[in-house]
Amino acid sequence: MNLLITFVNGLSLGGIYAMIALGYTMVYGIAKMLNFAHGDIIMVGGYTILLFLSVNPIAAIIASVIFCMAVGIVIEKVAYKPLRGASPLAVLITAIGVSYLLQSIAQMIFGSAPKFVVIANLGTLKFGELAIGYNTIITLACSVVVMIVLNLFVKFSKTGRAMVAVSEDKGAAQLMGINVNSIIMITFAIGSALASLASLFFLLKAPTINPTFGSLPGIKAFTAAVIGGIGSIPGAMVGGLLLGVIECFAQSVPAVSPYTDAIEFSILIILLLVKPTGLLGKKRREKV
Amino acid sequence: MSKLANIKWKHYINYIVVGIFTIVTSILAFSGGLQQSLIYKLEEVAINIILAVSLSLVVGFLGELSLGHAGFMCVGAYLGGKAAALLVPVLGNGIPTLLISLLIGGICAGLCGFIIGIPALRLKGDYLAITTLAFGEIVRTIFQNTSAETFGGAIGLKTPRFDKHYFFIICFIIVLLTLAVVQNLIRSKHGRAITAIRDNEIAARATGINVTSYKLIGFIVSAIFAGLAGVLFSYTQNNVSSSTFDYNYSIEILVMVVLGGMGSINGTIISAALITYLNKQLATVLTGDLAVLKDLVYALILIVIVIYNNSPAFKNFRDKYNLANLIKLITRNRASKGDADDTRRWDVVPTKIKMDALLSTDFVVNDVEPDKPKEKDNE
Repeated sequence: MNLLITFVNGLSLGGIYAMIALGYTMVYGIAKMLNFAHGDIIMVGGYTILLFLSVNPIAAIIASVIFCMAVGIVIEKVAYKPLRGASPLAVLITAIGVSYLLQSIAQMIFGSAPKFVVIANLGTLKFGELAIGYNTIITLACSVVVMIVLNLFVKFSKTGRAMVAVSEDKGAAQLMGINVNSIIMITFAIGSALASLASLFFLLKAPTINPTFGSLPGIKAFTAAVIGGIGSIPGAMVGGLLLGVIECFAQSVPAVSPYTDAIEFSILIILLLVKPTGLLGKKRREKV
Repeated sequence: MSKLANIKWKHYINYIVVGIFTIVTSILAFSGGLQQSLIYKLEEVAINIILAVSLSLVVGFLGELSLGHAGFMCVGAYLGGKAAALLVPVLGNGIPTLLISLLIGGICAGLCGFIIGIPALRLKGDYLAITTLAFGEIVRTIFQNTSAETFGGAIGLKTPRFDKHYFFIICFIIVLLTLAVVQNLIRSKHGRAITAIRDNEIAARATGINVTSYKLIGFIVSAIFAGLAGVLFSYTQNNVSSSTFDYNYSIEILVMVVLGGMGSINGTIISAALITYLNKQLATVLTGDLAVLKDLVYALILIVIVIYNNSPAFKNFRDKYNLANLIKLITRNRASKGDADDTRRWDVVPTKIKMDALLSTDFVVNDVEPDKPKEKDNE
């Protein structure tokens, strides 16, 4: 019974990781860059919820999604767009700079002490012995819905098809009349919106936030994206869910729970050694 | 005399500068002209220079992104510090203990470098970056959860502090050692192979360079010096805590390398020294909430410099107005406009063969014989 609860909790946590990982993987697929500032978008989303919580929880969530999209787009335009065509390392360092910038701005405005953000008290659902928090169920349901919608969007909408085209071949997509710049912008916006949703679910799980709120989940989700094969949307989902389940099971065993992070990262390294492109990543042969 | 004139002073300038700096500061320190707080800063500057130079071997010359350099330092600090703590009752807190713990810390970190070098053979670019990041976090988590008797666990490892005030001189001697090993490696045949791998791995492999062993060498050498820096660090502290060696510290070292200029050892030394000193100085000036301002400015400078240095849009501007041209202007060696781009590119890395020399047919200068065209023996 306990195993089942751990499994459900893991799936729910994995759903959050998957949402963040989707942001990483889509940006990687389309702009070919690691957006290290993505984790800090989660933090931005959390603080926006905190600001607007006094108005109305629903309004706070909407405001957070919109504000995160705006921040994502601004970051892309100001920091990453001038570097398109530059070496990947330069873009990576800029992303790290942006991450520091967001953290220090948050610290200036809100201070470094953790703040409480109680969005709603959802209670627990009980089936006899089983007790699962409603937040877990809502998180799981929402993440499943988000993934299905995103998959449908990418598969069937015109913009989604354009995104796939850009990720496969930027030049060819441009020749077909796709506006690559606006596609990249949309990708950043979607990724940031998903990150803000992730912040909502994290706050439902544990209602405290501080300026480095997003960095560890960001790294974990990045790990998830790499486990699934970075650049692959189904891969990010699989990787996220897998990582969440592993984390919850590792934490449920007292002997190994302090080593949870180490276990997750070791799994990443071992998996990459066996399958260097991740679970669902496509192998691309380098041409001379 | 002619031998002296033939020495390329450019190659030795950083030894000379660091050496003179060490001598001057040690004279000042022994005559009591140096404040203790400044001496602590000097120790930290030296440690960060070692870290940055060793990382620049992997990032700037081997061309692999490593985000786990603090992990190697962590191994060195914990194992070297533990060795020192065990040896001090036997050998006393002196140079022999220091040397043995440096040896232990360096070798252990080197072994970790070997371990992390193995995935580097199969993985590339971003995948390797996340692997090194994961390695750093794994090492940190493991040391954090050790028992109190072995490595101190969450409280941190108690290490003997080297209480002589000349410890910074030892740190700078290790800096010179790092420079000697890294620069001689880069300027050797092996170094040219390493830079060739960076520039084009497939082409390097095609010319018969053993990519596997050179990548491993790069990672191991870099890790050894990070380990030495870790041991030195443990000697400057009373208590080594695993939270010091987090992901942000790795990033900070990477920033030093990038701001100094990838593939430029001199630039790396300057930026490591400046960033460390400014960080410490600002940390004492700005306290409380203002401390965030430092991070804010740091982040902004980082973004602006990287965009300015790498953006394709600023390329023409950069080519016209830059430090290299300014130096040329001062020394009145203005390069002609046509080859300005190429010569500077090839001058960035001292190991690179001068294209002009390579392309010219003038072989009388050295004892190098031009390849004779082979007779046609294949129909």
